[in-house]
Amino acid sequence: MSSYEARFKVWRGDVQGGGLEDFEVEVNDGEVVLDIIHRLQATQAPDLAVRWNCKAGKCGSCSAEINGRPRLLCMTRMSVFTREETITVTPLRAFPVVRDLVTNVGFNYDKARQVPAFVPPADLGPGEYRMMQEDVDRSQEFRKCIECFLCQDTCHVVRDHEENKPAFAGPRFLMRVAELDMHPLDAASETGLDRKQTAQDEHGLGYCNITKCCTEVCPEGIKITDNALIPLKERAVDRKYDPLVWLGSKIMRRST
Amino acid sequence: MATGTEPHLNSGGVRTGTRAAISAPHLRTDRWWLAPAATAAGLLAFIVYSTWRAFANADYYAAPYVSPFYSPCLAENCEPMRAGPNWDLFGSWWGVSPAIIILIFPLGFRLTCYYYRKAYYRGFWMSPPACAVAEPHKKYSGETRFPLILQNIHRYFFYAAIPVAGILTYDTVLAFRGGTDENYEWGHMGLGTLVFLVNIVLIWAYTLSCHSCRHIVGGKLKHFSKHPVRYKAWQWIGKLNARHMLLAWASLVSVALADFYVYLVASGVFDDPRFF
Repeated sequence: MSSYEARFKVWRGDVQGGGLEDFEVEVNDGEVVLDIIHRLQATQAPDLAVRWNCKAGKCGSCSAEINGRPRLLCMTRMSVFTREETITVTPLRAFPVVRDLVTNVGFNYDKARQVPAFVPPADLGPGEYRMMQEDVDRSQEFRKCIECFLCQDTCHVVRDHEENKPAFAGPRFLMRVAELDMHPLDAASETGLDRKQTAQDEHGLGYCNITKCCTEVCPEGIKITDNALIPLKERAVDRKYDPLVWLGSKIMRRST
Repeated sequence: MATGTEPHLNSGGVRTGTRAAISAPHLRTDRWWLAPAATAAGLLAFIVYSTWRAFANADYYAAPYVSPFYSPCLAENCEPMRAGPNWDLFGSWWGVSPAIIILIFPLGFRLTCYYYRKAYYRGFWMSPPACAVAEPHKKYSGETRFPLILQNIHRYFFYAAIPVAGILTYDTVLAFRGGTDENYEWGHMGLGTLVFLVNIVLIWAYTLSCHSCRHIVGGKLKHFSKHPVRYKAWQWIGKLNARHMLLAWASLVSVALADFYVYLVASGVFDDPRFF
């Protein structure tokens, strides 16, 4: 096993202010950035704050920015960096900082609450749901989300424009709207809730300019833009900008 | 998770008061600028070339090849093309290049295309230039207002792109004609025919891989299991759609090359090598 001393710059501070602090720290074969942050805690900075849980890329807790790119600390191998480069680790830059590498991601929970939940079909009771696999494939891709909020962090709509936060749900929660709108048993439309229309009117779908950063950073490899956001935009077009489709759906009186 | 640090609603972006105090607009160390710069250069090259060719109004027909920029040719001032796509809809009052009439449709299709939107939003408008690289704009309303709300008409351009691709297919079939002026017959082939064949395959692949096409064919359905044929079509289009960016560039290059080939032959730079 070989080891070397790596140079790190880690952001330390809180909402009052802070800055990048230099460290030299031992790195061993097979380690990930979170291992190095833990070593810093153990040897040099015992009060360094970092949020983490599973160390397996499944809990979505250790989201941060490494060399300026939103990534999971536990899924970023040290071997992707050269031994000479200085590795910069900062908290997510789209959310208010709490301390060191920990941010307040409450924005995302607020947005989650604003998406109306799955509406159970009136004529089916618990245990009576039957769905074909091909009907749930699309929604299941979106269910792989680990709520790391890297997509929310990298989306320039809110990252670069704080004032857009009230109007824009962000890619993660527009994907949630898409998931429910594609769900074969969601009965929202029977209750008068048109998810296609609310995506545009209440969750800010129009702010998305499909530059695909959410897809680029997703650690689960979900094709957020191609499979959720663009199909949702097309569904909104059906409702709001395509009179022929709207008329057709009224005449046919059916949900396809 | 709330800690009482509520965000201040200003447009400081990553420098907003409650966020980590980092003055640099980004901390990326890779060559993040390469992709938007290459995209902008590629698109700019095509814009310059196509503008020159569209306004040139010359050297767009060399029997049996018709430049895709001038097909169908809808004005009286079009060059007569043997069994070609002459369709004098606009009459004699149209004085400038007839390419302008038809190019509006493929231009609109590509301008509102979901891939090209990403390309020029990043490459030209820097909104954002790259992921996690701060954009220079103070305000951002995305596609919620005029003029960008018009991006929602993409599907209408998709509808228009289908007949245009159909006519270009006809032009490709015409490329199998040849022989002498007296015996202008089928069953011939030249290098230009190959160029046209490659171009039309890429044009169709790009057109059918469109996100709007994917939606119309089956994506809009809630129950694939009730529509097995549309489900199969959606899956097939989905496979093409995964390569939409590649097809967008390949077809952009191929359509320019097909036009350039016609230009070279029509302007007498070289004779089309005939295979048979």
